[in-house]
Amino acid sequence: MANTDIMTINMGPQHPSTHGVLQVILELDGEVVKKATPHIGFLHRGIEKLSEHRTYHQVLPLTDRLDYLAPMHNNLGYVLAVEKLLGITDAIPERAQVVRVLMAELTRLKSHLVWLACHALDIGAMTVFIYCFREREEIMNIYEKVSGARMTSNYFRVGGLSADLPDGLEQEIKSFIEDMPGHIDTYEGLLTGNKIWQKRVMDVGYISAEDAIDLGVTGPSLRGSGVDWDLRRDQPYSGYENYDFKVCVDNGCDTWARYKVRLEEMRESCKIVQQALAKLKPGPVLADLPKIVLPPKKDVVNTIEGLIHHFKIVSEGFKPEKGEIYQGVENPKGEVGFYLVSDGSARPYRMKIRPASFINLQALSKMVEGSLIADVVAVIGTLDIVLGEIDR
Amino acid sequence: MSEHPAVAKLKGQFSDNVLDVTEFRGETTITVKKEQIVEICTCLKQELGYNFLTDLCGVDYLGQSPRFMVVYQLYSIGKHDRLRIKAPVEEGDARIDTVSGVWGTANWLERECWDLFGISFNKHPDLRRILLPADWEGHPLRKDYPVQGPDREPYQGRLS
Repeated sequence: MANTDIMTINMGPQHPSTHGVLQVILELDGEVVKKATPHIGFLHRGIEKLSEHRTYHQVLPLTDRLDYLAPMHNNLGYVLAVEKLLGITDAIPERAQVVRVLMAELTRLKSHLVWLACHALDIGAMTVFIYCFREREEIMNIYEKVSGARMTSNYFRVGGLSADLPDGLEQEIKSFIEDMPGHIDTYEGLLTGNKIWQKRVMDVGYISAEDAIDLGVTGPSLRGSGVDWDLRRDQPYSGYENYDFKVCVDNGCDTWARYKVRLEEMRESCKIVQQALAKLKPGPVLADLPKIVLPPKKDVVNTIEGLIHHFKIVSEGFKPEKGEIYQGVENPKGEVGFYLVSDGSARPYRMKIRPASFINLQALSKMVEGSLIADVVAVIGTLDIVLGEIDR
Repeated sequence: MSEHPAVAKLKGQFSDNVLDVTEFRGETTITVKKEQIVEICTCLKQELGYNFLTDLCGVDYLGQSPRFMVVYQLYSIGKHDRLRIKAPVEEGDARIDTVSGVWGTANWLERECWDLFGISFNKHPDLRRILLPADWEGHPLRKDYPVQGPDREPYQGRLS
């Protein structure tokens, strides 16, 4: 006989607070969640399968479509992985590395702005949403000037960048980043002291450090459980060891703690962007590796070597030696990694993406079981998931 | 580069199980037999501090024997050290013990590996498809599964 005390309800995939196409089957006893089962895969595009049929350069645009709120971070993880596979990590010019860090931290700000906006909106604080999207728009404009696209940037290249920063952009980024801490104060002014906000996030979505590590949670969600771990500091890449920044940790283990960690991270990102701007010196943005790096257009049309290299790279691609590597980067949402297996051909034999959101989402059941149904929305928001990355 | 400390440990404790050790770009990969994978992983977690399972996935080496590899990417929060463990799985007996009891992370990752490669995990608490619909036929990341979908002719390139 069916248990009449338990009510099963369906949440999503068409639900405004599931941040995309996430379906959660909730078993309720009154208002209390007894069991939550996430169902995913509605956005599965087979990116790992597709990548096995493309050259290494051609895979790059696919990575934009993983975490579409932080495309440059995915680009960064992928190009670093390919560079490691090729053994050319040390050949990347200084300017390219600094611009990578600069854009990656602007991306972190962009991603965290969407997190804050949607998280607050889900819980009922509408105003913050408008403010966050105002600032996000400015980062989108920077994106557009740098890469030509607002979302799918495809800006970094194996060996450097697709193009240098346009003239005058440094000044624009500088004035934006000077104003940004003031904007963060505004968001905090709207939320931190707000009694309704505090009631909705404090002691909600509790996960201990042990459980978080066991379930593989990474990024701000892990640091909100008091684990002091950030790949930018602990396994630095792209020159992060040369920047002075703080890894933000909070022992609260609840949604409130993760909120504070992310806001603090936004302030740290502003500092890193300022340091990167100060480090920016004129120089090349592509490594001098003609058999790997696509030559600049003027060389393709003016020199025979440039034309040959362009033709060979586009028609055949480059062939890394046999081997396998893993490269992880600290995305706004957690550790995103690329595991590449090369069989010596011009296409990845296997590319496995370690999706931060996918693994963080696994903790959802643990975090909501035993709490009220209204808190499910708060927990989905605090995990900061992106379905493009979960489903791949 | 000196030998990774985990290599000596595993060679000492599970000498019959270690099949191969490789170094590439500063990363260590240890290939072990699949029979004692749970004991090996427990030892790595409890005695060598690999408390974090970063990733778990399958690789299909079609045409080779054994055909599949199950790959475990381990990380130690504390020592900040990475290690890769691989276990070969035969096509005829595509199953391996679950490590979801060692690291909870493995639960969904093993479901994904089952979904996309058809490698089954013994004693897994909840082995269902995760990314594809429950009634899907075949395992798309296998190399003999056409990229453009099942029951379609292999892609021959653009005709124009």
